[in-house]
Amino acid sequence: MLRYALRRLLSLAVSLVVASLVIFLVIEVIPGDPASYMLGINAQPDTVAALRSELGLDVSKTARYLAWVGGMLHGDFGTSYTYRTEVAEMIGERMWISLPLALYALTLSTLIAFPAGILAASRRGSATDLGVMGVTQLGVAVPNFWFAMLMVLLFAVKLRWVSAGGFPGWENGFWPALRALTLPAIALALPQASILTRVMRSSLLDTLSEDFIRTARAKGLNRRQALWRHALRNALIPVLTIIGLQFSFLMAGAIIIEQVFFLPGIGRLIFQSISSRDLIVVESVVMLLVFAVIVVNFAVDLAYAWVDPRLRR
Amino acid sequence: MTLPADPRPGLWRQAFRARSLILGALLSLVFLAAALLSFLWTPYDVAALDIAAKLRPPGAAHWLGTDHFGRDVLSMIMVGARTSIAVAVVAVGIGVGLGVPLGLAAAARRGGWLDELIMRANDLVFAFPSLVIAILITAVFGPGAVNAILAIGIFNVPVFARLTRGAALSLWKRDFILAARVAGKGATRISAEHILPNLANLLIVQGTIQFSLGILAEAGLSYVGLGAQPPTPSWGRMLAESQTMISFAPWLALMPGMAIVLTVLGLNLMGDGLRDLLDPRLRRQR
Amino acid sequence: MSLLAIQDLRVSIHGQPILKGIDLTVAPGEIVAVTGESGSGKSMTAYAVMGLLPQGAEARGSIRLGGTEILAASEPELCQIRGNRVGMVFQEPMTALNPVHRIGDQVAETIRIHAGASRAEAAARARDALARAELPPDRFPASRYPHELSGGQRQRVVIAMAIALRPDLLIADEPTTALDVTTQAQILRLLQRLVETDGMGLLMITHDLAVVSGLADRIAVMRAGEVVEQGPTRQLLAHMSHPYTRMLFEASDHAVAMPPAPDSPAPLLELRDVTRDYPGPRRGLIGRAPPIRAVDGVSFRIQAGERVGLVGESGCGKSTLTRAILGLDPIRSGSITIDGQPVFIDHHANRAVRRKMQVVFQDPYGSFNPRHRVARLICEPFHLLDSPPQGAARRAAIAEALTAVGLSPEDAGKYIHQFSGGQRQRIAIARALIIKPELILLDEAVSALDVSVRAQILDLLADLSGRYNLAYLFISHDLSVVRGVTDRVLVMQRGKIVEQGPTAQVLEHPEHPYTRALLEAAPRLPDLDMLRAGG
Repeated sequence: MLRYALRRLLSLAVSLVVASLVIFLVIEVIPGDPASYMLGINAQPDTVAALRSELGLDVSKTARYLAWVGGMLHGDFGTSYTYRTEVAEMIGERMWISLPLALYALTLSTLIAFPAGILAASRRGSATDLGVMGVTQLGVAVPNFWFAMLMVLLFAVKLRWVSAGGFPGWENGFWPALRALTLPAIALALPQASILTRVMRSSLLDTLSEDFIRTARAKGLNRRQALWRHALRNALIPVLTIIGLQFSFLMAGAIIIEQVFFLPGIGRLIFQSISSRDLIVVESVVMLLVFAVIVVNFAVDLAYAWVDPRLRR
Repeated sequence: MTLPADPRPGLWRQAFRARSLILGALLSLVFLAAALLSFLWTPYDVAALDIAAKLRPPGAAHWLGTDHFGRDVLSMIMVGARTSIAVAVVAVGIGVGLGVPLGLAAAARRGGWLDELIMRANDLVFAFPSLVIAILITAVFGPGAVNAILAIGIFNVPVFARLTRGAALSLWKRDFILAARVAGKGATRISAEHILPNLANLLIVQGTIQFSLGILAEAGLSYVGLGAQPPTPSWGRMLAESQTMISFAPWLALMPGMAIVLTVLGLNLMGDGLRDLLDPRLRRQR
Repeated sequence: MSLLAIQDLRVSIHGQPILKGIDLTVAPGEIVAVTGESGSGKSMTAYAVMGLLPQGAEARGSIRLGGTEILAASEPELCQIRGNRVGMVFQEPMTALNPVHRIGDQVAETIRIHAGASRAEAAARARDALARAELPPDRFPASRYPHELSGGQRQRVVIAMAIALRPDLLIADEPTTALDVTTQAQILRLLQRLVETDGMGLLMITHDLAVVSGLADRIAVMRAGEVVEQGPTRQLLAHMSHPYTRMLFEASDHAVAMPPAPDSPAPLLELRDVTRDYPGPRRGLIGRAPPIRAVDGVSFRIQAGERVGLVGESGCGKSTLTRAILGLDPIRSGSITIDGQPVFIDHHANRAVRRKMQVVFQDPYGSFNPRHRVARLICEPFHLLDSPPQGAARRAAIAEALTAVGLSPEDAGKYIHQFSGGQRQRIAIARALIIKPELILLDEAVSALDVSVRAQILDLLADLSGRYNLAYLFISHDLSVVRGVTDRVLVMQRGKIVEQGPTAQVLEHPEHPYTRALLEAAPRLPDLDMLRAGG
């Protein structure tokens, strides 16, 4: 088990290094000189030169890459050109909205999908199954940001139960903040829950047709016991894969959903930085997103080994 | 067990019985037809502003209403379908065009360094959601429909590469491939002659799914301004523009959204139907 | 008073009759074997007794177990019976166990749901059941997972689960078909011993008449959903009143009229000191265990027109050796030559040599690309020729090959799914034959076939060998297949040829202990004359 974890950890480290290289190359090398790019074509040569030395661009690319990565390891993401503040601070503030939002949505999606998928699979072909499949078919087709807009229209505009958006901040209490994240999380979660439900159902049905389920039935277990004790854990493997993939969709989805609800999260920061050509912020945010995705997939790899003893080598 | 997908005489009769396939195909065709028709004719000119007719709710003159510039929503949806379909088609094309050969190569060299390299590169791309790829591209090249295509297309490559590799690996273990090797055929020839044709059904089904995901992704990207730029009409941007008017002109948000839902629903139903029709054992539902 | 009494059992699936009035009884301590070819309904009979018929199945008639009518029992009642009063053992031990649970827990589960035992008590009784199934706890701790065990050991776990509560009746559905002969013999002995000590009834489903005759007290022969004949083993075998029983028995012991072996030896295939390694399993972060030697210094020779058998159990290296001879995998050291020319030159297979040999595989269903027609399928080896025949010559070659294997030239336009298993194996032989090779490797080529079809295919091979002066290498786990059809036999164990010689001599006077063990383990059909004389 430990050996397996170490091997996954090694591959995680390699992924991170390669990802950081890709991001660095795309943001800092392809566009040419970041300083003149940020300042636009009409900038004065001495302004560009000043910015270059301020950004630390007057050294070789390798040195810049190492400085960037080295800084990140210390939690130093550099200084935003537009806002003149620490990038780490800007990201930290906003990450506390986007990350909880994505995790909230992931929790909701899992909490909906497991019972729904198990129910549909255990009553295959029944009206319940058809109903679940119909709803999920629709849920998969709905863009999450449009669903969010419809919820705003219903709950904020028509029923006036909640405000249409904004975020009170965690410092004003946990519950008001959670409340502000609830509609966005539901909007994010529903399409993903639909996908996950379908995966759960089909994975369970596949597992239920395995030989060892027949063995379990021959031992005297009824259908329900065979499903819960033997099929479920084996059916989890594809489900875990999808949960891992969903996290990256949810992080990306969170960026879009924040626009609907006017949440001051990572999404806002990224779009502002793009329009003000604040590339150092874009670079760091993208790295952080990719970091989160890779770490979650590492966790999924460990979960595989927990589920399946054959992988613990 | 045999691989199915033999050209059976009853295929069309089965297809007719597959209701979801027909419903899905009809829905998809409606939007494809609308996109094609928009090249020749739309009810109103989408570029012409008519302030006098602004914000009309759906009615006899404007079936789906008008926006704040008086533009006809139905016409915009028809033209927007062009963008959505074009982006999704090209993105699937990129995914298939690069992903399938990579997957075939990885399977042919299974266990070798090429296989390892392709699979690790795949994992890496999976760490970049298409939105993040779009952000990177936009940060460097500025926004546009081509970015959306590239971002979604790049994300599709590992999807097809993995699918192809996985299915090809199980085919490589089959005796009929061994027989071809005994007949002196090389890996490339076997991939083309034996592996790829037996993967066709799987790829068609996955292509349909990725096509619908592409339409969703394109809508999301243009909603946040990383996709098609004005004046190119797009469903995602129509939704973005409708947001401030949702309280007094809800049809502006409802209509393009319905267009997305129905198109994606149609494609998904078609994909499910195709899967049941072409390979009843492939009941892996996403 | 019989333990199990099946009367006029009729089962249909979606209106299609599968069982057409079965009568069968099993008494306590009695072993009853149900035998027949594939599709006879013998497994369906077993599942009907368990109350585990597939969806859409409808059963009529009567199955009485002790005092209980199975067909009238409710699902909860059936759950009470399964695992408690009836245990079941399945064909495929590799998939019959849940891969994510420990074997001890899986056995304990049977005890916990029926006996309501505590966790610790159930675990203790599970260890006891495993020990009775000859998996002693000191060598096979209950904390093992199924993937850490071999096929035979997994089958013992399944048996332990089935007998944990000492059921009245044990049903075994082809319990040894997927196992090697030596393992098969051990499992059969185990089942026999359990019947004796526990006094339970055993309903044994098997296609193998040799297994049946050595084990069962009574035999029921099934064909197409009906019991054509049943009775005490000796009596049934001595008289065999039904022609189908006779046909089955004769086909099982089919004597093939092979043309005489060539008298003037002309070496065709020659292996010299062939060795092949596989990389060892991963260890640590990047390290690997030392390589595993799959083929270890193998040397032998096949003369033109000679039939040679290569026999060994799974994992002995015979598949690896086959692939090396075919030029599919490079070897580490040694040489493989045909007519003096190497199969491999600089890591590339030698086309000139390859066209002299072809292969027929075991699985008649997986050997063909389902998307191609027969003509294209059997012409595939033409790829090896420098100028493959075209047009009329190609059609003539196809017609000749199909006719030679007993099919008609019109079959060339059909797809493979239109043929039965036996016909497909004929097509596979036609594919091997079409470039007129000198050697055909038969890799378990008749193992997946029913006995009657197997006999026909063996006759065909004998006929072709004489007609085209073909040499064969029969690769098989089954000595009985090799017996009648080969001139010489090689016995392989752990990568080495441990014994070789003329078939009759090796089978009658084996010298190596492994060969002797194989021969002793192989179930044999009884000598009918002796039965009749004694009966």
